Amino acid sequence: MSKLAKGILFPVLFLLAWEIVMRATRMQSDSLAPPSEIAAAFWRAALDGTLAQRTYETLRAALTGLAVGGGLAVVMSIALGLVPAFARLMRFSIEALRPVPSVALIPVAILVLGFGYAMEISLIAFSAFWPVLIYGHAAIVNIEPQLLEVSRVLRLGAFGRVTKIVLPAALPRYFVGFRLSAAVSLIIAVTVEIAANPMGVGHELMVASQSLHPDLMFAMVLWIGLVGWSLNAALLFAQRRLFGPAGAGVAAR
Amino acid sequence: MSLIEFRGIDHSFGARPVLQSIDIEVEESEFVCIVGPSGCGKTTLLRLLAGLLTPAGGEVTLGGKRVTEPPREVAFMFQDYSKALLPWRTASGNVSLALEASGYPRAQRPARIHELLEKVGLAGHAENYPAQLSGGMQQRLQIARCLAQEPEVLLMDEPFGALDAMTRQALQDEMLRLVESTRTTALFVTHDLEEAIYLGDRVVALYPNPGRVAQVFDVTLPRPRNQLTTRESPEFLRLRRAIFDFVREGET
Repeated sequence: MSKLAKGILFPVLFLLAWEIVMRATRMQSDSLAPPSEIAAAFWRAALDGTLAQRTYETLRAALTGLAVGGGLAVVMSIALGLVPAFARLMRFSIEALRPVPSVALIPVAILVLGFGYAMEISLIAFSAFWPVLIYGHAAIVNIEPQLLEVSRVLRLGAFGRVTKIVLPAALPRYFVGFRLSAAVSLIIAVTVEIAANPMGVGHELMVASQSLHPDLMFAMVLWIGLVGWSLNAALLFAQRRLFGPAGAGVAAR
Repeated sequence: MSLIEFRGIDHSFGARPVLQSIDIEVEESEFVCIVGPSGCGKTTLLRLLAGLLTPAGGEVTLGGKRVTEPPREVAFMFQDYSKALLPWRTASGNVSLALEASGYPRAQRPARIHELLEKVGLAGHAENYPAQLSGGMQQRLQIARCLAQEPEVLLMDEPFGALDAMTRQALQDEMLRLVESTRTTALFVTHDLEEAIYLGDRVVALYPNPGRVAQVFDVTLPRPRNQLTTRESPEFLRLRRAIFDFVREGET
């Protein structure tokens, strides 16, 4: 409890000081709002359903994109990891595509797909693809060779080898890749919404800024931070639960 | 025709020859130990028979058939148990892997797993993960998984090398008992001469660099063997002396 108290001491003091300074100077600003007004704006957005609607749009795009991009990356990384010839064939293409900033593809995606979910999801999928691919490929290539020999002397078939040895051995690292991709997904979702797509919390944030509503703008910034933090916390929790006793052994190798 | 035949085996890793014109024959239900200093290719011999490697020259046959891939009849016990067990599966899950691979009927697996774990004294640890087991217990678990394959031939690559002396002796006796009761043919690689004499019907000594068969010693000690009386018998001491002198000669 005292750890928590120490942790929130600075933010609380900061918010108090902010509130006091703004009230004492009676500052009228188009770019700043006292914390009490930010809280009020947040409360209004929560009550009239905008917050839930916008959050749903952003999360739907981010999670769908994560599932599509991450899913494709799992398939691709297995193929790359198990077929060295395929990995050699694809190496150049991967190294050429990976550094392309997904933000640079926003105009392309708009031209091809127009506004809406499809465009946003495909950009998120592109970004979420890479961390899972890189971590997954590395995990498969670095599987303990003796485990593969075990699968050979036990005469496991190709399917059994992938499902019973390769994927479980690589799973913890896949999960790390997915956690990184989840963070990237949210960033790209909000970026696309701020830059172009008229939906989600990013769009709400942009509208608040352009219509000179700093209270709502800051409320949205804080809310996006909270959503991102919760997403990561949920995945961390799942990781600990999934890989608890057995994961310790995997991590130790 | 012998059950297992190595005929004129040559093998090399890159430019370095590891085995040179090896001829060894192993009869059914025989227990053969292979000893030699490091670099004599004794592990490579096992891996050739397990179908994990293909010899550059000569051929390995099992029951008259040339070994080109891991044969169904062969189980392999790895030296490094910590890397041979699946860390994300419990003890029973690790035994189950062998049953799953051989297509053992699903409904009968739990009973079979329990029976196998009981045989190696791990019935009380069925739900423990390998990381929660001691080294000796992990190696017992590997024995159970090998037995689950119902092998005709059991290949063991220095399986007890990393264990303490007490655990090693206990496991030697348990393994001998299991192998004898199932009349399994065994090939056992070790660098411990006494272990080789204690376990084997024959001891094959190899020269290093490249590995060649130096001499074969017949062990006529009575079975069942006993950690005290066998190791104190004049014949055991004579063999120990003979092989020891021989290996030392080979090293100079």
